[in-house]
Amino acid sequence: MTSTFTGAQITVRLLERQGVRIVTGYPGGAILPIYDALGQSTAIRHVLARHEQGAGFIAQGMARVSGEVAVCLASSGPSATNLLTAITDAKMDSIPLVAITGQVSTSLIGTDAFQEVDTYGLSIPITKHNFLVSSTEALLDIIPRAFAIAASGRPGPVLIDIPKDVQSRAIAVPHWPEPGRRAQPAPADGAALAEAASLIAAAQRPLLYLGGGVVHAGAAQAAVALAEKASLPTVMTLMALGAMPVDHPLSLGMLGQHGAPCTNFALDECDLLIAVGARFDDRATGKVAAFCPQAKIIHIDIDPAELDKIKTAHVGIVADVGEALARLQPLVPAALRTSWVERIGALKAAHPQRLPGLDDPRAHYGLIRAVAACVDDDAIVVTDVGQHQMWTAQAYPLRRPRQWLTSGGLGTMGFGVPAAIGAALAAPERTVVCFTGDGSILMNLQELVTAAEQRVNLKIVLMDNAALGLVHQQQTLFYGERLFASQFQVQPDFVAVARALGIAAIDLDGAADPHAALATAFSRPGPCLIHAGIDVAQKVYPMVAPGDANRDMIGA
Amino acid sequence: MQAIENNARHALPRTVLEIDVANHPGVLSHIAGLFARRGYNVEGVMCLPVGDGRNSRIWLQVHEDQRLAQMTRQLEKLEDVAAVRLHPGDHAVFAQLEGFFQPRHALPSCRAQESLAGFRDGARL
Repeated sequence: MTSTFTGAQITVRLLERQGVRIVTGYPGGAILPIYDALGQSTAIRHVLARHEQGAGFIAQGMARVSGEVAVCLASSGPSATNLLTAITDAKMDSIPLVAITGQVSTSLIGTDAFQEVDTYGLSIPITKHNFLVSSTEALLDIIPRAFAIAASGRPGPVLIDIPKDVQSRAIAVPHWPEPGRRAQPAPADGAALAEAASLIAAAQRPLLYLGGGVVHAGAAQAAVALAEKASLPTVMTLMALGAMPVDHPLSLGMLGQHGAPCTNFALDECDLLIAVGARFDDRATGKVAAFCPQAKIIHIDIDPAELDKIKTAHVGIVADVGEALARLQPLVPAALRTSWVERIGALKAAHPQRLPGLDDPRAHYGLIRAVAACVDDDAIVVTDVGQHQMWTAQAYPLRRPRQWLTSGGLGTMGFGVPAAIGAALAAPERTVVCFTGDGSILMNLQELVTAAEQRVNLKIVLMDNAALGLVHQQQTLFYGERLFASQFQVQPDFVAVARALGIAAIDLDGAADPHAALATAFSRPGPCLIHAGIDVAQKVYPMVAPGDANRDMIGA
Repeated sequence: MQAIENNARHALPRTVLEIDVANHPGVLSHIAGLFARRGYNVEGVMCLPVGDGRNSRIWLQVHEDQRLAQMTRQLEKLEDVAAVRLHPGDHAVFAQLEGFFQPRHALPSCRAQESLAGFRDGARL
C-alpha cells in the first residue's frame, strides 16, 4: 500500500533526500505545516535565526563555505520580504541557495489576505528562478528541480513559495524523485581553447584575472597551475581572494577600486588579459574604456551572458572554468617570461600596497594582522561591508579558496555576523573570524543571540570609528568635506551590548597588551566580540574615484 | 529631452523576437521584467499557448540597439525559456496586427468593427 504524505512532509523528506542536514529560518503562520513536519525530522537540524534576513545570510555562510546548496525558510508577507536582501546578495555573488517561503492558502491568494504579499513577483528579479507551487503533487518535481537549478551552471538562489493548503494536503507518493544535482556542463570548445593557448604563447605581457567563479568551480588549484606553467602574474577580484595565496610570487593581489597600485598599473601594461570566472564588475575595472587598454582578452565563464557584456573577448569560452583550465594547461607552452616577471617585480617594489601601522595592533591594518596571527590558514575570514572590509581584503593573508566570505556584488551591510554564524555551522572544526564595523554590526545585531545559542566558534572583530567610514571618506574626498549623516552622535556600549545578548566580549582599547588580549579571546572556544576603536580619519587607500580609470588612484 | 530620446529610438530598426517558453502564470512577468529592469523598451507583445498548452510562444517587437545580443543571452538564461529566435522587424506577426492598433478616433466605429472582423478572418487563413 502506498503511504500518504502531506505537502509539508514531502518537502521535509525531499530536503532530507537532498542530503540537507542544517536549515535555518524563522517560523510564522503560513509555514507552520512545514515547521511541524520539520520538528519530526531526525536528520535535519533547524537553526532559529532572530530575523529572516539573518536566516538568509546564515544559509549563505553555509553555502559559501561548503559550496553546497543551503536552505533557509521563512513565512509569508513580512517574513518573506525580510529574506529578500539576503537572496539578492546571493544572486549577485552566485551563491547556491534554496529559500522556501510559506504563502497564504491558494483560495486566499489575490485577496489581500493577512500577511499576503506577492513573494513570487517580488523575487523574480533577484532569483535565478522561482516557483509558486500550485499543487501538492508539484512539490515532487519542483523541490529537486530547485536544487538542480541552484547548483547548476552559474550557481544562484531559487525561491519556492508554497501556499499553506499545498503544505497541508496529503497525497499518495508511490515513489520518490531522485535528488536534484548539479548538471554536467558542456565541455569547453576545443578550437577556442587552442586559440586561447596560442594567444597566451604569443603574449609578451599576459595577466591572469581570477574572479569568484574560480572559487565556485573549485578551480583555484588549476588556475595556480596554469599561472605557474606559463608564468602568468595573477590579479584577483574581491570575490576571488584566496584563489591564489597572496604571498605566491605571481600574485598581484586584488585589482580595482581599492586594489594595490602595482596591480592596477600592471593591468594598464598587459597585452593579454585572461579572465576566468570574472565579470568585469565596475569596481574591478574602473572606467571600462581605460581598463587594460592594450590587451587582447580571453574570457572563460560558465555564464554565456557574461561574455561580451562589458568587454568584447577575442576568445570567449563558455565552460566550467575548472574543466577549461585543466584542458588549457597542457596546450600552453611552459614559459619563464623573465622580462615581464621582472617588470612586475619592479612595479611591486615601486608601487606596493601601503599598509601603515602594520605592526601596531591599535591601528587598522595592524589589528587585522594581529588577528591573523592568532589563527592559521584553516580559519575562515568573514567581513561585513565598509572600510573594514577593504582593509581586510588588502591586509589579511588569504591563502586558500573558501577562506574568504564577503558580500561583493550587493555590498550588504549586515552580511557579516549571520554569514559567519553559517560558516561556523558548516565548518564547526574551524575558527571563524568576522571583521565588522560599527555601522554594519547594527544592521543584524540580533544575530549575536543566535551565535550565543548555537555556541559557534566565532570571533567578531568590531572596528569602531563611530562613523560610516566609506560614506565619511567619500564625503571628505568628493563632497567638499561636508560630513552629513555619516557620524554617529550616540554609540552603544558594544561590549555591554554583546554581553547582554549572551556572548563574551573584550575591549581592546582598554587592554594593556592588545596582543595578549587577542590571544586570550581566541583561546576560549565559543563566540566573542572584540571591540577596537579606529581613527575616523583613516581612509581606504588607494582609491579610484567612481567613474575614473584605475590608473588614477587617490593615495597611491 | 524625452521627445529627443523617443525620436532617437524610433530611428532604430526594429526586430522581432520569437520566444518559446513554459506556460505558467508567471512567465510573462519573467520576460517583461527582464526587459524592464535592463532599461530595454518593448514595443509590442503577443503571447498565446501552443499545442497542448504546456508551452507558450511569446513574440516581442523591440528596437534593435547594440544591447540586443546581451538581451538575447539574458533571455536564454531564463529557466522558462526554451528557445529564442530573431526575425526581421517587418515579420507578419506584428505587421498583420497593425489594423487592430489604429487610434480609435481614426476609425469610423462601424467600419472599424467590420474591417477588423474581416481582418481576423484573413489572418486565420
